[in-house]
Amino acid sequence: MGTALIDGLFVFMLAGFIGFEVIKRISPLLHTPLMSITNALDAIAVVGAIVLVGRHESPLARILGILAVIAATSNIVGGFLITDRMLRMFKSSRPTKS
Amino acid sequence: MTTIAGSQAFIGFIYLVASGLFILALKWMNSPPTARRGILAGEIGMVLAIGGTILQLGIEGKLEGITIDYVWVFAALGIGTAIGIPLGLVQMTAVPQRTALSHAFGAFCVTLVGTAEYYLGVNGSGIPAFKMSVLCCEVILGGLTVTGSLMAAGKLQEVLPQRPITYKGQNFVNLSLFAIAIIIAVYLVLHPGAPHLYPIMVGIALVFGVMLVIPIGGADMPTVISLLNSYAGLSAAAMGFVLNNKLLIIAGALDGSSGFILSVIMSKAMNRSFTNVLFGAFGQVAASAAAAQEARPVKSASPEEAAGILAAASRVVVVPGYGMAVAQAQHKVRELYDQLTKKGVDVRFAIHPVAGRMPGHMNVLLAEADVPYDRLMEMDDINGDFPQTDVSLIIGANDVTNPAAKTDQSSPIYGMPVLDVEKSHTVMVIKRSMNPGFAGIDNPLYYMDQTLMLFGDAKAFVSNIVKELSGGHG
Repeated sequence: MGTALIDGLFVFMLAGFIGFEVIKRISPLLHTPLMSITNALDAIAVVGAIVLVGRHESPLARILGILAVIAATSNIVGGFLITDRMLRMFKSSRPTKS
Repeated sequence: MTTIAGSQAFIGFIYLVASGLFILALKWMNSPPTARRGILAGEIGMVLAIGGTILQLGIEGKLEGITIDYVWVFAALGIGTAIGIPLGLVQMTAVPQRTALSHAFGAFCVTLVGTAEYYLGVNGSGIPAFKMSVLCCEVILGGLTVTGSLMAAGKLQEVLPQRPITYKGQNFVNLSLFAIAIIIAVYLVLHPGAPHLYPIMVGIALVFGVMLVIPIGGADMPTVISLLNSYAGLSAAAMGFVLNNKLLIIAGALDGSSGFILSVIMSKAMNRSFTNVLFGAFGQVAASAAAAQEARPVKSASPEEAAGILAAASRVVVVPGYGMAVAQAQHKVRELYDQLTKKGVDVRFAIHPVAGRMPGHMNVLLAEADVPYDRLMEMDDINGDFPQTDVSLIIGANDVTNPAAKTDQSSPIYGMPVLDVEKSHTVMVIKRSMNPGFAGIDNPLYYMDQTLMLFGDAKAFVSNIVKELSGGHG
């Protein structure tokens, strides 16, 4: 457990720094889509829930797992969908419509 | 891949690729031309991770001789997809509440998984102290994010009152609740075999989430949504520690830092600290500011006059605010932009970081209405141009244009960075009436010599100006 903790903390720290550097550069223009895509990516927690449902080690774990998979999947699908819709709307002024 | 170690190496590799794709997804989000590639990277990473997890589950099931319940795995994925599609198709004006709701869903998932892990551990081989402490972080952060985000979504959807609700000793009650949750968590870490305390801890976290958001008003929503975003990410990272899953730690850390950066930007744009947003509701100061108000003369103008002034201008800056979203006026504003551009007027939009109800809200609404994104200017880039601006047209924005923030030390928003609209030759403000804005703070801009008040509904008024412009001599 000890090394796993340290490994995990290393990963957490490095990912946190990468997150800071990458997200600092994102234009305020795209802050709303940024929030919706990080929301979708965050729903990767679904993998933990899938394992709970698949292994169904107790009835409680199964029910909680099913609800968790539903909640996370709706975030993944809805999050990517709305981010894509938003980004399709951002157009430059080159092609003008009458 | 016929051993447990082999299958773990396989899934580890899949998660490594997915982590890389997630980081690229955020990197490509930095500008509109590459941003859609970012979505693709995120989607591929997600499909790989989920597919790999299901595959590995099957391999391990075979090796350990347990049957895997694929039916419910796929049923739950299907139901989640069915719920997710309508949530992805909501109107752009409803994006703030949709975002708050999705923070609640994400935290809900994390809290449920944490709870299941706790009971599996307690009824099985026990939970080591380290695992228990991250598990407590996971469910406390998750729990308060669930109810806090639901409250925020309710306020944004206006099913709950948007005004801050405050009472005496509020901060004391909130801090005590939080302290009790932490004490229980510490006790559980030392004595994991006390399962009757676990639901109490989760229950307190849920109540704390409600209490935390109750005193927060609509104007502070951008900060709160960002903060809840950060909590949702951190709870997912804690879940990664519990499950020893590095992909989850990375995704959680990215989401956590993203939410944190956004909340810092939002607080700075309001010249307030986190603690001030969370513990000092705007409501009290607003009451005294509203009382000091007196009737002063203002100049008003009709749509015809406004159209004439705009058509004669060569540089116009439009300042949109939440009022534009409420009135659904963004499409009419685009028509105004088209008409003026056709007449050779240079029209740009000044976007204050906290305009609207979430970070970037105005940009998305105007992009939806087909306003080219290179006409949308950040506050720091456009503030120097106001002295050369003929007309500043303010649509549904108030506090972000208030010059008192720069001059009046007694103003509750003193020190907040604002758009220097009063430096332009003419200021036009579309407003329903002289009632003070959402935060209840009077705006001296309205009484200045160069200011014209355009009283009416934003959508109707802009549409009348457009009619005048298109009906004129072009």
